[in-house]
Amino acid sequence: MNNVWAVSTVVMREMYRRKDFYVLLILTVLITLILGSVNFFNESNVVRYLKEVCLLLIWIASLVIAITTAARQIPAERESRTIFPLLAKPISRAEVLVGKFLGCWLASGVALVCFYLFFGVISAAREHGLPIGGYLQAVMLHWFMLAVIIALALLGSLVFAAPSSNNTICFVVVGGILLIGRHLHKIAIGKGGFSEAILTAVYYVIPQLGWFDVRERIVHDWPAIDALSFLVALAYALAYAAVLLFIACWIFRRKRLQ
Amino acid sequence: MTPPRHSALVLAGLATLAFSLACLNEARTLARTVDPKPFSLLETVLGESRRLFANHFFIKADAYFHSGYYPTVFDNQEGYETAHIAADAGAAEEKNSGEELGFLGQPLDPFEAFSRRFFPSEHTHLDEGGADHESHDKGGSPGVGGDVREMLPWLKIAANLDPNRVETYTVTAFWLRDRLHRSQDAEDVIHDGLRNNPGDASLLFELGRIFFHDRKDFDRARNVFEAGINSWNKNESGTKEPNKFLALQLLSQLAELEEETGHYERSIHLWEQAKVFNPASPGPQIHIADLRAKLASPTTRPQ
Repeated sequence: MNNVWAVSTVVMREMYRRKDFYVLLILTVLITLILGSVNFFNESNVVRYLKEVCLLLIWIASLVIAITTAARQIPAERESRTIFPLLAKPISRAEVLVGKFLGCWLASGVALVCFYLFFGVISAAREHGLPIGGYLQAVMLHWFMLAVIIALALLGSLVFAAPSSNNTICFVVVGGILLIGRHLHKIAIGKGGFSEAILTAVYYVIPQLGWFDVRERIVHDWPAIDALSFLVALAYALAYAAVLLFIACWIFRRKRLQ
Repeated sequence: MTPPRHSALVLAGLATLAFSLACLNEARTLARTVDPKPFSLLETVLGESRRLFANHFFIKADAYFHSGYYPTVFDNQEGYETAHIAADAGAAEEKNSGEELGFLGQPLDPFEAFSRRFFPSEHTHLDEGGADHESHDKGGSPGVGGDVREMLPWLKIAANLDPNRVETYTVTAFWLRDRLHRSQDAEDVIHDGLRNNPGDASLLFELGRIFFHDRKDFDRARNVFEAGINSWNKNESGTKEPNKFLALQLLSQLAELEEETGHYERSIHLWEQAKVFNPASPGPQIHIADLRAKLASPTTRPQ
């Protein structure tokens, strides 16, 4: 566990040295503040459009941070050849990979906290209230979804040749799942035959990332989700990330690094 | 530099300046005569595609009206063919046929059933309290259903993107006037619409309603309704599919106004005209009978 923690702290330190997170945070803040200054019929309490845009920016920023950070971990180590002295130490390949995952996930979590703190301040300033329970659920679900995505990007970094192709494929897959993943079974039923079987299988295999997207509930002030459903979703994310990490470890153990 | 050469350079400089000023002046004159519209960044960047975006944002306002409970392209949209914010505003004839409350239907699998806990899956209206089913106005404008203000940004963006989409102005004006009690803002919106769509009958109808119901300025309301009917006769009556719904609305509102001001005979005449546009509806006939009874009674007959 010490080995895993040591690797993860290096990943976190590296992430906070890079400028990606700060640039994305500043962009989100600027765009939200500019939009917030727009006057709509002198109505100062209009807030939902602002919440929606701010949450969309946070989601985009978090996906960029998580995918690009995770996708470059192993290729960067191989390219700079630092993977060899690292593996020469008493640490297994699985520990390196899990450490990388943990570092990326924790760093994404810290970034998410900063983003959501800003969101909370903007929301509270306009609405004169803060539904803490719902917002905490949103942050946690978002963070656990990032665990699945980081595991996916790490797995991709071992399968695809270049980080750029891995980044692109991860963005397309995650974007596709978020946009139509929830409707895939409906689409499948309309197709019939072999296409229906394939699409239905894909629907059950892909991670149900839609479960973690509670933006509509937050924007429109719906009450918090019941605790059981919330915990089931978190457990599902952890289980899915664990499966992806297990496959990644298996591939990494057999991979020739030369 | 010798004096003649210096003079020649000054002369050339002055000639260049004169030519530049002439070009600038010509360009300004052309801009005024050929394209009187001010420069629009949105129009330049998006071109005609901005109309598609305008429609998207109008639908988004309707989704906000339902607190996010809205069908996607993969759901049954029959209950949402006409935007409810437009149907409620009287800006469009409702053509919704499908299930409005349960467009999601029965879940197909356990995953889908579970996923419904994470997005709005219950039908609500903003003017009836929205997501928490109780009015939670946050101050600002008085009146019930103040949360309908949340739709305004999308409606304003839709109007900016497509200034010729008349429905956006009439719907915005209705919600401003009827739920937020801001008749002056509603009037400003309609005037904006009329600047972009001069003489449009539906905009005149909405303006007439503001004068009639909010200002109680019956003379101006009458003039505006009559202008609306004239506009309808000019632009719609000869077309293959005239907007009968709008004609019916204009005539009924004017008939109600005439009744309110004691001009029963004229009101009966207008209801007779309205009946032509919707013979199946008993409404006009009931009004006519009621007005005839009033005319016959010595106590209610206008002096």
